[in-house]
Amino acid sequence: MTAEGKIDPMHQFTIERIAPLHLGPYDISFTTSAAWMLLALALIFAFMALGLKRELVPGRWQVAVEGLTNFIDDMVKVNIGPEGQKFVPYIFALFTFILVSNLAGLLPLAIIPGWHPFTTTSQFSITGVLAVLSFSIVLIVGFWRHGLRFFSLFVPHGTPLLMIPLIAPIEFISFMVRPFSLGLRLFVAMIAGHILMEVFGSFIVSGFNGGLMGWGIGILSFFFIMFVVALELLMCVIQAYVFALLTTLYLGDAVNLH
Amino acid sequence: MPQITQLAEVFASQLFWLAVVFGLIFFGIGRGMLPKIRSTVVARDRQVTDDLEKARAARATAEQTEAEWRERMDHARTEASRIAQQAKQASAHEAEARVKEALQQIDARIEQARSRIRAAVAAARAEMELVAAEAAQQMVAQLTGLKVDKEEASSAVKAEIAHADGNEQIEPSKRGRAAAGGG
Repeated sequence: MTAEGKIDPMHQFTIERIAPLHLGPYDISFTTSAAWMLLALALIFAFMALGLKRELVPGRWQVAVEGLTNFIDDMVKVNIGPEGQKFVPYIFALFTFILVSNLAGLLPLAIIPGWHPFTTTSQFSITGVLAVLSFSIVLIVGFWRHGLRFFSLFVPHGTPLLMIPLIAPIEFISFMVRPFSLGLRLFVAMIAGHILMEVFGSFIVSGFNGGLMGWGIGILSFFFIMFVVALELLMCVIQAYVFALLTTLYLGDAVNLH
Repeated sequence: MPQITQLAEVFASQLFWLAVVFGLIFFGIGRGMLPKIRSTVVARDRQVTDDLEKARAARATAEQTEAEWRERMDHARTEASRIAQQAKQASAHEAEARVKEALQQIDARIEQARSRIRAAVAAARAEMELVAAEAAQQMVAQLTGLKVDKEEASSAVKAEIAHADGNEQIEPSKRGRAAAGGG
């Protein structure tokens, strides 16, 4: 929200500098974005640390933590196979970081005047870097394990010889699009949800400032925003899951070559 | 869109802090804490399967022990009933033998008593015959003056007694008196 009382749905994505910091020619100032990333780190650490009692008969918290690790384990086992064990920490870091960042962005902090939650995963500078990181790992693992045979990924099994010149470029393009789709999917889902909530929130405010008609619109928007928030909570989990799942699928391709 | 307008000025900072945070999650939590939790899960799973295996083995042992015990119990029961049967038979035999012995003793005593009675009766009869013969001799001598010798008198008495015996059945104990009365 801007000072003039006009509601700007894009304002929530602005990164503000908290403490200026420089490393050589680079500006690595501590920003709101960095603060929210550290919050995600703290939340993940607290969640894991509270479940690290390593008891034979687990408490509630330990069951929750083990549920999460088992979930990651199963996902890796199904999509990569028994060789996927070494990717578990990476997939875990991806899933938890994205999930906690998404959910932290939905914290109702806007009740406090001047505050608002910041969603790090609504910055494509973050999701893009994560996507490129995943894609790089896929390329490194693929070429490390299979060398030039990794290119056979572009020729699916049973392709007729005549079709290869046609199929291979298509497969190559779809392969190269992967990092963009991976990064953009998360970024777009997050930014769209937050804009939607902001816009309908502003409808409530301006609606109740208007006449009788405005009240009707305000009440309607209020119920709609409840639905949107529920959907957004679901979307936070789904997007984190999709990002981790696709990464495991791509890694599975790289490890097993179809 | 701030993501685009700010990109140039914040990208280095974003990259740096993402590297720091993601690195800490990956190395600190993903490689530091995650394996501990997974090893706990694995250890628990192993413990559970081990315990189940142990329980299964213990159950098999218990079942076997029970079967053995049942077999032993059955054996003991038949043995006990056999011994009881034997004891019952033995005691029955013993009782029978003792009863028989007692009966024999009683019989023997009855027989002794009878023979004594018979002897007494015979002696009494002999005496009575003698007395009767003498009485007959004297009666004949006084009435007729004839002299009857002893043998003749006694044979007459004997004949008379035999006749009386034939006519009426007299109790041996009363016979002496009857014979005396009759003579």
